[in-house]
Amino acid sequence: MITAFAIFSDGLVYAAYLFLVAVGLTLIFGVMKILNVTHGSFYAFGAYGAATAVGIWFDRGLSDAGGFLFMVGVAMLIGLVIGLILERGILRLVYGRDEVVIVLVTYAAFLILEDVIVLVWGPRSYPAYQPMVSAGSIDIGELTLSNYDIGLVVLAAALAVAVWWSLKYTRYGRLLTVVIFDREVAAAYGINVKVIYTVTFIIGAMLGALGGAVMAPKISVTLGIGVEVIVLAFAVVAIGGMGSIEGALIGALIVGLGRAAAVHLMPEIELFVIYAVMALVLAFRPYGLFTQPAPRKI
Amino acid sequence: MKHLRWSLALAAGLTLASGASAQQAAAPAAPVKLGIVSFLSGPAASPFGVPGRNGAEIVIEAFNSGKAPAPYNTVGLGGAKIEIKWVDEAGSTAQVVTEFRNLVQRDQVDAVVGYISSGSCLAVTPVADELKALTVYFDCGTPRVFEEKPREYVFRPSSHATKDNTAAARYLIAKKKDITLFSGINQNYAWGQDSWKDFNAAMGVLAPKAKADKVLFPKLFQGEFGAEISTLLTSKSQALHSSFWDGDQESFIIQSGARGLQKRMPYVGTTAESAIWRLRDKMPDGTIIGARGAHGPLAPDNALNTWFKGIYMDRYGTPPTYPSYQMALSLLGLKVAWEKAQAAKGGGKPTTDEVVKAFKGIEYDSPSGKVKMALGNGHQGIQDTAYGTYRFNKRTNQPEVVDIVRYPAECVNPPSDKSAEEWIKAGMPGAKC
Repeated sequence: MITAFAIFSDGLVYAAYLFLVAVGLTLIFGVMKILNVTHGSFYAFGAYGAATAVGIWFDRGLSDAGGFLFMVGVAMLIGLVIGLILERGILRLVYGRDEVVIVLVTYAAFLILEDVIVLVWGPRSYPAYQPMVSAGSIDIGELTLSNYDIGLVVLAAALAVAVWWSLKYTRYGRLLTVVIFDREVAAAYGINVKVIYTVTFIIGAMLGALGGAVMAPKISVTLGIGVEVIVLAFAVVAIGGMGSIEGALIGALIVGLGRAAAVHLMPEIELFVIYAVMALVLAFRPYGLFTQPAPRKI
Repeated sequence: MKHLRWSLALAAGLTLASGASAQQAAAPAAPVKLGIVSFLSGPAASPFGVPGRNGAEIVIEAFNSGKAPAPYNTVGLGGAKIEIKWVDEAGSTAQVVTEFRNLVQRDQVDAVVGYISSGSCLAVTPVADELKALTVYFDCGTPRVFEEKPREYVFRPSSHATKDNTAAARYLIAKKKDITLFSGINQNYAWGQDSWKDFNAAMGVLAPKAKADKVLFPKLFQGEFGAEISTLLTSKSQALHSSFWDGDQESFIIQSGARGLQKRMPYVGTTAESAIWRLRDKMPDGTIIGARGAHGPLAPDNALNTWFKGIYMDRYGTPPTYPSYQMALSLLGLKVAWEKAQAAKGGGKPTTDEVVKAFKGIEYDSPSGKVKMALGNGHQGIQDTAYGTYRFNKRTNQPEVVDIVRYPAECVNPPSDKSAEEWIKAGMPGAKC
């Protein structure tokens, strides 16, 4: 019983982490059809920004809750700035090119941003554990759960609802849905697709930075964290369907619960599980669980 | 008067001659070129690469100025100043080998000192022998480098990983005599797998009644360990072995600390020393601290250690961790071998083969105690090692390692005629503890 509960709770926490890092990636792909490798950089910049913010805040002995908000705010601001620079400075110039070219451009930008991190923060690692430690823990049977982890699950759920509601019930969300459905028809109806692209990319970048920010208190913020994340995020998005918010949520839950079950019941196959699920889904549904194959335009 | 003129001419001549000969004697020897390879970027840079690089920088500066303590107070290597070519170890194994070839063939370095990843060492070793390039490994831990076949141009003064785990088992059993159950969490690659294999086998020999319960191998740089921590929380294990390093180690300690894991089972970290200055009071009291040797706070109290800690603190404002010590002792070994070869040929720059011949089987002092090049036909060093228990001193606001137990090199290393695995499985025969 305790193992079943542990699998469920661990699966939810891991799924929350995966959703937080994958939602921005899938949003950008859905609207812009760009497989954005720099999403790993957004995550890394968010984590570094958050670690710096935590250092500044807690060194002054200010309140814990304020520290969390400050950390998230700083990270998302960094995401906004980097997203704007990348979209206006680089991606704008390659719109309309082959998708492979755009992936390579984002990969090049990712490598450049890795070096920018070394230039700004140096090679040392940064701890930002105060928000996690100050959140405390709760005992459930033999298990002790971190309140911070529970907060992550709540945050991921709230974000999923907020994104769904925004797409469904706000004007911008409906415009976005039209662009996702068919950008040429959207443009024909007078929607300013360029502005939609810029805003979407910035929102995606801010979501990536948010993922890094909320994970920073759990991890040691160090070089290379963006690389690890981008691989996982791609797996989740591929399972759910490229560009589908619901798909990212379900993909994260499948991977999170599958991995937690493997760790508890058969740890030797833990690494295998994530990619086995992905291979299985893609074998039967090559476009992912929530994306329909699109007819080719002539 | 004539006599006076001759005397003046003779004096002037002698003065000029002696001046010329003094100039000739003081003419600096051609510099020795060293390639220093360490992780300068990527996840291994912060805990290992940069401390290793920093250790090289200050030790070579001390060599070049002749200000290292005796007997290392000659200038550079045998009077020739050292020029450094820094190389980043980050990248694929193929890239590491390419960079090694560039150092040897393009840059014509006299020796290469470096390498942290066991994968790098295993890949570079055959190339070093092929190119006949003197290569000194400073950190990589795999015993396989010298166990798979004899090597000629490769040396590793730092001990290999076997002693980290045999000593950890001895320390744990001394502290928990009634241990019956233990678990392990190690990264899923050669280092983590080998570390667990050695530790588990050593526990089997030293405490046959103790059994391994949860054996976890998460992905390298996984970062998020919620499920692993829950699994361990459901175990009744009395200790948790880990060779985690870098962000994985710090992330695991932070996450498991928040969930009270270490109140149930102490963390036995074979590389935990590298994290204490960053985690400080977040490293739980009672953590068993290893430093891949008697390095850092586990180092013996000797003049070389006092000197090395002092110059490191003065330059970088933080105490040196074990990679810095390993780099220092590797460079000291190279200096001893170089100057021994130079003395044997009666001066001048020794050839690579002469240094290789001189390096085999040497013994010398280092900040972390005596190094004996006793294994691998004189190519692999052994040293005494030590383990201790962590405590954060709230009064001084500084980390401390207490209850330090020292283990002689011959207690925790295999003899020269056996592989580590064979020796442990045979019950560690001949261990002199």
